[in-house]
Amino acid sequence: MSGINYSEKIPNNVNLSSDRTLQRALEHWQPNYLQWWQDMGPEASQELDVYLRTAVSVDPSGWAHFDYVKMPDYRWGIFLAPQDGDRKIHFGEHLGEAAWQDAPGEHRANLRRIIVTQGDTEPASVEQQRHLGLTAPSLYDLRNLFQVNVEEGRHLWAMVYLLHRYFGRDGREEADALLQRHSGSEDSPRILGAFNEKTPDWLAFYMFTYFTDRDGKFQLSALSESAFDPLARTTKFMLTEEAHHMFVGESGVSRVLQRTAQVMNELKTTDPEAIRKAGVIDLPTIQRYLNFHYSVTIDLFGADQSSNAAIFYSAGLKGRHEEGKRTDDHLLKNDTYPILEVHNGELREIQVPMLNALNEVLRDDYIRDSVAGVNRWNKVLEKAGIDFRLTVPHKAFNRRIGTLSGIRVSPDGTVLTEEQWNANVDKWLPTEEDRAYVASLMGRVVEPGKFANWIAPPPMGINRQPIDFEYVRFN
Amino acid sequence: MTTATTVMKQHLIDPEICIRCNTCEETCPIDAITHDSNNYVVDASICNDCMACVPPCPTGAIDNWIQVVSDNAYSIEEQFTWDELPEPQEAPEGAEVVEAKAPAAPTASEAQEQEGDQDLENKPFTAAGASIPPWSAAHPYTNLYTHKNPVTATVVGNYRVTDSDTDSDIHHIVLDMGDTPMPLLEGQSIAIFPAGEDENGRSYHARQYSIASPRDGERPGYNNLSITVKRVVEDHDGKPVKGVCSNYLCDLQKNDSVKLIGPYGNSFLMPNLPDSNLVMICTGTGAAPMRAMTEHCRRLNKEGKYRGKLMLFFGARSERELPYFGPLMNLPKDFIDINLALSRQADRPKKYVQDVIRERASDVLALINDSKTCIYVCGLKGMEEGVLAALKDIVTESGKKWEDVHAQLKTQGRLHFETY
Repeated sequence: MSGINYSEKIPNNVNLSSDRTLQRALEHWQPNYLQWWQDMGPEASQELDVYLRTAVSVDPSGWAHFDYVKMPDYRWGIFLAPQDGDRKIHFGEHLGEAAWQDAPGEHRANLRRIIVTQGDTEPASVEQQRHLGLTAPSLYDLRNLFQVNVEEGRHLWAMVYLLHRYFGRDGREEADALLQRHSGSEDSPRILGAFNEKTPDWLAFYMFTYFTDRDGKFQLSALSESAFDPLARTTKFMLTEEAHHMFVGESGVSRVLQRTAQVMNELKTTDPEAIRKAGVIDLPTIQRYLNFHYSVTIDLFGADQSSNAAIFYSAGLKGRHEEGKRTDDHLLKNDTYPILEVHNGELREIQVPMLNALNEVLRDDYIRDSVAGVNRWNKVLEKAGIDFRLTVPHKAFNRRIGTLSGIRVSPDGTVLTEEQWNANVDKWLPTEEDRAYVASLMGRVVEPGKFANWIAPPPMGINRQPIDFEYVRFN
Repeated sequence: MTTATTVMKQHLIDPEICIRCNTCEETCPIDAITHDSNNYVVDASICNDCMACVPPCPTGAIDNWIQVVSDNAYSIEEQFTWDELPEPQEAPEGAEVVEAKAPAAPTASEAQEQEGDQDLENKPFTAAGASIPPWSAAHPYTNLYTHKNPVTATVVGNYRVTDSDTDSDIHHIVLDMGDTPMPLLEGQSIAIFPAGEDENGRSYHARQYSIASPRDGERPGYNNLSITVKRVVEDHDGKPVKGVCSNYLCDLQKNDSVKLIGPYGNSFLMPNLPDSNLVMICTGTGAAPMRAMTEHCRRLNKEGKYRGKLMLFFGARSERELPYFGPLMNLPKDFIDINLALSRQADRPKKYVQDVIRERASDVLALINDSKTCIYVCGLKGMEEGVLAALKDIVTESGKKWEDVHAQLKTQGRLHFETY
């Protein structure tokens, strides 16, 4: 059952046609989705032929099928990873019991909340990125943006399927609401703060796909451990798509660094002004963008102490990243975990019950993963003989959620007064001027094989196509 | 039984490109992939080159195959410490080259195969079909000769195989390998270095050509091979251009020497059973591998050792521009079912291979439905789109889902593309 049936109105591998009520409900939602894509999806791009990757089955041989597709014709649908009939719950109070094929009554509300929160992020990022196609630095990048967009759209489908299939009328209402909230809207914003921030330029887009889609990886990874089997299977397949998004971010920033380093070496200068005059992005600006996206993204993991997190874990709704590979008791009742707090004007670690600190556990897993990638960016600078190194700011820097939200902390972890913060914030976070400068570099490059001046070409094309392949065809 | 050191290709992940997304580890069916906080790595003692991890990797970092001396394969501990991939290890004198442990060596990986391939031009596009050969295919040897140890062959024949009054100047060139071992299978290719240098004074890259002769040689029992070369005098837009290698080859005289490397290709191979069927779809010089396969079957047939069906779809502008047209027409009708698609015939509508495939839908469908059938497509880049669309229509009209059938044809190594 790994093949996806594309002859149906809603492509799926869940035998949708056998459940007429569900099929009708989703067919009712579909035109609203398409309308949302027309209204809020990538701007001025509905007629382009894009070299997209589409899954034709959920096993390794079938989910990377490449062809030209117009984005509104992309076969969004419902693809779940194959079912493991013997799957057992492997953490929390229900450890050892058979995984649930239906949502248990006592956990219905919490499961719905988890799914809605995850689902809300997917269309949000499409909305945040909708105007970026107008300023793409190359056809290669334009195609990558669109690939990310259609997959975010499909991830919305994945969550909407779960809502419709398992949560009855409430689920249908929540699914409708996912199309009614809009990123940055004053009346009905997206649920999570980071998804109401703008993604104004391509450096921001790469930082977003590196940092924020990596949050997606860790959230999906934790959900793929869920005792609620349909959620586990859905998120497992979503993870394979998420990988491409992180690739776009990691390689994007890496190419920006490569180009900047090249210009620095040509001009033999480290002066940001001189570097800007040459039309590339100076390293301190890249660091400020990094600080912003990193700090906004680690907020997405929620408060450092959370009773909800404890409930979700104990109930088996949401596990830890790589739960199955950990060797503890998977109950965590007697364990503790260090979190940060401010004491006498200093940051210090205190031990709290592990179950209440699970957001922090996931955040720390995420931080390790992020830092490793930043080190890979530094290798680009190292190779080019540039001394500058990018760093991630302190965990307490620029936080708006949890116990650290009320305090001012510098990137190196020093607690500051409001005055000290205000005096220095322009060194640490992108200023209006930084954003205006980066925005001034954004001009559309659509000739195959050509790249904007501020970014290096990638080492390899998509699907081994040449770099000058016509990744997007303008009709 | 030799105890000589062997050289193998070790499956490694490029730490400079890998983004540590965990997709490979997740998809590996036998847990050969693992990671630490630094790197994702492949355990050489577990990996069987099944390729399940390769298509899902978003970066291509997974698709690296580096030459190592087999006693000296890199351990996972070593790989954890890497910042970049090591250079291929030097093969000791007399080392035996072992290609891959499993027969399913990848097309994608071929593009990465050590330094030899980086200098190869006009590598064929193969991704629309299977990356594995039919299960019964004979095991191919690949990369016996590389840039470091190219071999020299002697021209023993050079014949024009299209009518002399046509624009299409296609040559059949026979090369004698002398004492140099060159074991080949139908569907494989070699690469040839054109004489001379480019405008920067560098030697030209090698160009790849499909073998047009069967495994036992152009002349049975001799160590020789043939290739099919079209003289290039204009580019795709009709502007005059002189093909560097094609003109060199078409102008070769008997007894000239040619420098070559290879063989290449481990999936565009024919099934090795007497009752298997071949559907061959080609245009122009894409006829080369089809000629090799047909000739192999013809020789078997003469000895009563072949009982399968051959179906050929062959496209050209006119009959006179079809390479091997004369010999092809002399083959018995009950041996091969030939369908010509001619695009420039006076007073007739243009016909392309996909049109003729559709005309023969019921026969093609019967062959697709027979698990003993393999399909081969070779010709100019872009033709795969039309052929795939035609096959899709035929299968869909029969009530089956093309996606399922296509996936099956690929996983069974029954559908192969080589377009350039």
